[in-house]
Amino acid sequence: MARDLAHLSDEALVALVARSDEVALAELYDRYGRVAYGLALRMLRDEALAEDAVQEGFLTIWRSAPRFVPERAKASTWILTLVHRRSVDIVRREERRRADSLELAPEPTTVGADDDAWLRFERERVQAALKQLPDPQREALELAYYGGFTQTELAEKLGQPVGTIKSRMFTGLTRLRELLGDTEESWKPSPSTT
Amino acid sequence: MEALTVHDLTAAYALDALDADEAREYEEHLAHCARCQQELAELGGAAAALAYVVESPAPPATLRDRILDSARAERANVVPLHPQRMTATKVVLAAAACLAIGFGVWAASLSRQLESTRDARDRANRVAEILSDPAARRVALQGAPGSLVIDTSGQAALVVQRLERAPSGRTYEAWVIQDGMPRRAGTFEGGGDMSVLELERSVPKGAKVAVTVEKDGGVDSPQGQAVLSTPPI
Repeated sequence: MARDLAHLSDEALVALVARSDEVALAELYDRYGRVAYGLALRMLRDEALAEDAVQEGFLTIWRSAPRFVPERAKASTWILTLVHRRSVDIVRREERRRADSLELAPEPTTVGADDDAWLRFERERVQAALKQLPDPQREALELAYYGGFTQTELAEKLGQPVGTIKSRMFTGLTRLRELLGDTEESWKPSPSTT
Repeated sequence: MEALTVHDLTAAYALDALDADEAREYEEHLAHCARCQQELAELGGAAAALAYVVESPAPPATLRDRILDSARAERANVVPLHPQRMTATKVVLAAAACLAIGFGVWAASLSRQLESTRDARDRANRVAEILSDPAARRVALQGAPGSLVIDTSGQAALVVQRLERAPSGRTYEAWVIQDGMPRRAGTFEGGGDMSVLELERSVPKGAKVAVTVEKDGGVDSPQGQAVLSTPPI
C-alpha cells in the first residue's frame, strides 16, 4: 500500500498531486514541510498561526496542483511561495509586524543532532550568499521577506524614498540570485535520500 | 534618482512586498511582458531561497496528519450523495439559488445541467450547501445581475443571471483577489438563464471576486476584460 516516492522529482510529485495522490502530497510535505514551518514561524512568531499558514499553503498546493506550470517556477519555489504568501496574508491581517525584533527570533528547540543535513547545507549556502550583500540590500530583503512589509512601509520605516527601497530589493535579489546561481542545478538532492 | 519602471517591481513582487494596488498594476503588466515573466521565474527562486536561512524547528507531527486529513476530506466531499438525498438537495438548491439572486424562477436548464454528470451533481451538492447555509452572506454583483454567496467558512458560490455564453474559444474565469493578487477560482461557460459556479478557493475577508473573459482552459493571471466583480467582502 505505502509507496516509496523518494526517487521522484518534486515536479513529478506535483503532477501526481494534481491527480489527487495523497501519498505524493505527503512526500512533498516531508520534503518541504519543515522549511515551510520554519519560515512561517519566523514570520508569524506564533506556533498556531504558523501551523495554519503551512496547512493552508499545502492545501492550496493540493487544490491548485493541476495549474502548476513547470516552465514558470521550480516546484520547490512554487511551494515555498504559496506558504510565504499565506504567511504574508496572515501577518498583514494580524498586524503582527514583529520584524522589528528580527534578532529576537525564538531559538528553535531541536536544532542540532536531528537537524536535516540537507537543510543545514542549504541554510549555510544561502546565509553565505546573503552575507556578501551590502547591508542596506540585505536589510531590505530580510524585512520584506520575513517581516511581510510592503515597500512603502519599508520606505517609511527606514526613512528612505520608496525608489531607494525598490532598487535595494531589486539589486539585492538579483545579486543573491547570481551568488546562488553557480550551483543552481546541483543544489537540490532529494532530501529524503540524504 | 533614475526613474524606476514597472519592470523594476519584479523583485518586490517576488518578495510579496507590494500592496494591493501595486500588485494589481504589476500583474497587469506581467501578463504581457515576457521580460518580466522570465525575470520573475529567476528572482522567484532567489526569494524562495530565503526560506532556508531560517533555522527550522521540526513542525509538530500532528500538522502532517492534519494536512493529509484535510486533503482527504476535500476529496471525500466530491463523493456523490445518495440519490434520495440528491432529490432533497436539489430542492434546497433550487430554493436557495432563487433566494440568492432574488428572483423567483427556477431555471429548468440549470437543473438539467447540474444533474447531467456525476461531477456536476457533486458540484451541485457543494453549491447547495453554500447557498442553503442560513449564515451565508449574499453580496450583489456589479456589472451583471446576481450574487456571490459566501458561507461562514469562506467557501463561496457565484450565481449570475442570464450571462451570455462565452464566445467560441473563450471561457469565463473567476478570480479571488486578495491584497491585489488575483488567484484563479474556476472557469465556466455561461449561457442559459442562470450560471452557478462553486469557487475553487475560499474568499477571505476583504478580498474581492471578479470574472474575466479568458482563452479556453483559463489562464494563470487575468488578461481579459472583466465582466463583473464584487465590492470587498
